[in-house]
Amino acid sequence: MKDYMLFDKNTEAVIYGYQRNAIQRMLDFDYVANREKPSVTAIVNPTALKGGLHKAFIGEREILIPIYPTIADAMKNHDKIETMVNFASFRSAFPTTMEALDYEQLRVISVIAEGMPERYAKEVTAKAKKIGGKILIGPATVGGIVAGAFKIGNTGGMLDNIVESKLHRAGSVGFVSKSGGLSNEANNIIGRNTDGLYEGVAIGGDRYPFSTLTDHLFRYEANPEIKMIVALGEVGGEDEYKIVAALKEGRITKPIVMWNIGTCAGIFKTEVQFGHAGARADKAAETATAKNEALREAGAIVPESFESYDVVIKETFDKLVAEGKHKPIPLTEAPAMPMDYAKALKDKVIRRPRNFVATISDDSGDELAYGGPYGSERSMTITDVFKNDIGLGGVISLLWFKKLLPTWATKFLEMAVMITADHGAAVSGAHNAIVTARAGKDLISCVVSGMLTIGPRFGGAVHGAAKYFSGASDAKKSPVEFVTEMKKAGINIPGIGHLVKSVQNPDQRVTLMKEYAKKNFPKTEILDYALEVEKVTTSKRNNLIMNVDGCIGILFTDMMRSSGEFTDEEMQQILDLEGLNSLFILGRTIGMMGHVFDQKRLKQPLYRHPMDDILYY
Amino acid sequence: MAQRGIREFYGKRMLAKYLPEYLGGKFGYEGEIALVDENTNWDTLAKENPWLKTKPLVAKPDQLFGKRGKHGLLLIDKNLGEVRKWIDERMNKKTKVGKITDSLTHFIIEPLVKHEEEYYLAIKSNVTGDTIYFSTKGGMDIEAVWDTVSEIDVPASTDIETIDVAAKLPAELDDKKRKLVSKYIKGLYKYYADLHFAYLEINPFAMSGDNIYPLDMVARLDDTALYECVEKWGETDFPPPFGRVMTKEEAYIKSLDEKTGASLKLTLINPEGRIWTLVAGGGASVIYADTIADLGKAEEIANYGEYSGNPNTEMTYEYTKTVLDLMTRTKHPKGKVLLIGGGIANFTDIAKTFTGIIKALNDYKDKLKENNVKIYVRRGGPNYKEGLRLMSDLGKTLGVPIEVYGPETHMTKIVSLGLEEN
Repeated sequence: MKDYMLFDKNTEAVIYGYQRNAIQRMLDFDYVANREKPSVTAIVNPTALKGGLHKAFIGEREILIPIYPTIADAMKNHDKIETMVNFASFRSAFPTTMEALDYEQLRVISVIAEGMPERYAKEVTAKAKKIGGKILIGPATVGGIVAGAFKIGNTGGMLDNIVESKLHRAGSVGFVSKSGGLSNEANNIIGRNTDGLYEGVAIGGDRYPFSTLTDHLFRYEANPEIKMIVALGEVGGEDEYKIVAALKEGRITKPIVMWNIGTCAGIFKTEVQFGHAGARADKAAETATAKNEALREAGAIVPESFESYDVVIKETFDKLVAEGKHKPIPLTEAPAMPMDYAKALKDKVIRRPRNFVATISDDSGDELAYGGPYGSERSMTITDVFKNDIGLGGVISLLWFKKLLPTWATKFLEMAVMITADHGAAVSGAHNAIVTARAGKDLISCVVSGMLTIGPRFGGAVHGAAKYFSGASDAKKSPVEFVTEMKKAGINIPGIGHLVKSVQNPDQRVTLMKEYAKKNFPKTEILDYALEVEKVTTSKRNNLIMNVDGCIGILFTDMMRSSGEFTDEEMQQILDLEGLNSLFILGRTIGMMGHVFDQKRLKQPLYRHPMDDILYY
Repeated sequence: MAQRGIREFYGKRMLAKYLPEYLGGKFGYEGEIALVDENTNWDTLAKENPWLKTKPLVAKPDQLFGKRGKHGLLLIDKNLGEVRKWIDERMNKKTKVGKITDSLTHFIIEPLVKHEEEYYLAIKSNVTGDTIYFSTKGGMDIEAVWDTVSEIDVPASTDIETIDVAAKLPAELDDKKRKLVSKYIKGLYKYYADLHFAYLEINPFAMSGDNIYPLDMVARLDDTALYECVEKWGETDFPPPFGRVMTKEEAYIKSLDEKTGASLKLTLINPEGRIWTLVAGGGASVIYADTIADLGKAEEIANYGEYSGNPNTEMTYEYTKTVLDLMTRTKHPKGKVLLIGGGIANFTDIAKTFTGIIKALNDYKDKLKENNVKIYVRRGGPNYKEGLRLMSDLGKTLGVPIEVYGPETHMTKIVSLGLEEN
């Protein structure tokens, strides 16, 4: 490649920083520019310790681009890479650019970050000069583009704009500006008034850019493909006077249209810092007006105002053509770019059925919501959850039933969780968790091994009790009738019977819940019925009392019915979904975790069951 | 983000605290300096700075402007009571300095330093590195004796120790002083570079024996280096330039600007002006203001401002409301022009930013009509067609005329349209 060229159609780049969008935009440009090979050969992602692969599109085809943790790795593996687009933050832009300069193969380096300290920018420039043969662009820039060949990062904006501005194929105009923001506008102006851009560079708005307007103008002067030059300078700095000098010395001979922005600076009462760090006139010569006059006098084509910038560009180009110095390059059609799925969806060009439906919570709104989609009537934001102090019971109510039950009901849910939280180390759930903990397993394995014992025999009576008692009560069977029927069917009544507790030695947990329900529930139909049944069963044996599982199941049913918040179908659904066992599972998880922590703190060894406790038969 | 001036107070404090590190020891100046603003408690101040009561004092404003002696704002060789009276008389008073009028709000007090010589020293950042300027003719007007100034260039990435500073100093310095001055310059340069100064001028600095004292100091820091210097810069602030008084509305936009990653800027130039702009992009906004001025209507420009960096709908709404509110306060017999301009955006969703603007325009519907406002729109970029359609539709219902243009029309065409037709 010639020294005056920035890139050609074969230029390969490494991107420093994992900028997925910028990478895809470069590859999209490659596609419309009909490049043979993608322009992005490697990515450096300093946070990817072992590297990896990045999946990206070329047209509708997908490719994999290697990711490396260091510049050195990328260089070692790809000797054809000759340019780096540095997306490092303002903090790391300096060290990474200094490092990149050490690689001979990196001829062009662009630095995108805004906010590199001026001292460091100058050190980068000094190092590059010492090494020689390097072209640096930046800092604080969008970069630049060689039409139809290579695009730095996000230059040129969206793809349709790139094609509309004819950037997918080479024209004959060289453009340079400080501003990256205006380069799109300039591409548009050049695209509409000439045969299009050959190359455009935005050097960045900092006070001490690595390369100056003049540096690039000299390359344009040397490049025979470039027939005319368009430039945009601004108030502040004196770089533009180098152009004046170059024009006077005959070092720039191609027609150059230039305008310096900031002629309005005089209207401000005090010094105003425009968008760019360098855009501030420290002396008269640095004003835009002085620069415009000096350039005009030196032979540049300077319009009266930006208003006629487009007109003079057109005139200058047409003159070249009329004088036979240039034959306009015909426009070629860009291949149509397949539309991005996400964009098509957003533009409602296509529709897609969702694979998942979620109706109990929503994290896609401004803040997390429980109970339904964010903003819906039935949902509550996490802020309101605390503002209204709905408690754990309220959260359970929202997430399980998609409605906020009255406080007496949510308090009951909390009570059930608290009461079932643990029942000592001997019950099967805790026991399993303990044995697993002692086998040295992790927390979730221990808890799961305990939870897996929950079922028809352990904790399952909650569900059964609700089912049978509510069924019998609804059928208006007398308690004696119910007990007799169950006996005949050979079914132990779920929720009745306790190993140790009895009428004389009641289970305090049951007593507490009964008292709570009597005091706070609007109605306790099933409980009342169950207590009648209990009278029958305890007359047979005094330990056939209502147990804790039974009590929860029965009261849960009473709660649902008397709240008036559930339809019959909803209540049936909750029963079918094991909605009642869920309270026990939730509560007991707390206890099982406690047991696991306990065993691990006590550093208990592997449990082995004593041999003499096993009957080998 | 750029080079920004700091108060002399903080500059001298920093110098006293950190320069010894670069000189290998103290240099006489102890940072005896006190800052006074309207909230200063004089008793506390005197307690914290006992020298205030024992030494003859010097006082002057500390608001980023120089030549304070020339403007009669320098008090020399007075006691604390006299200094306090002098400051109290001037505190919060509108004062004309050169062409600019603003309130005096910050003053510094220092002990008077008895000295023999007054030297001039400045270090200035430039394209290739830094240049050190030194003269033995320090004092108020260095420009008048500029031919006595020695210039020492320090290219970027150069160790100052490799430069023979002593040899480049003015001939009139004797060997002892030459050595001493050279040592100070080298230390000061390292300090300047490490702390990311962009400009440092001490004029004059006094020599007394082996010690130096900065009498008057001007400094600018490169504020992009904050991430490296946050500790050493300490509580240093970047005050607005003297004469830059912010209106309530400007301050409000500034507060919005600081709240978001997007950029929102507003400067009121002439509240009675007829031409108001609502422009996207730093570069484009300057071009619009330029073009209005270049077409001979500078005196009618009401505001300068810009929004960029993809502000959300809420932000563009607030921004537009602020501009419309200012715009519709006083009627003009010839009516007013609002230019909603911008170049071709890279990635900003035009329809989205316009949604906020449209909402604000609707809010001000009646006032816009009362003020006989005509609106011109020009914009390009992602989703611009939809954005322009929204604007055109608004034109049918708003009751004030809206002309809408896209990228096919030159960016500043709406300026001439707006000026010619109205």
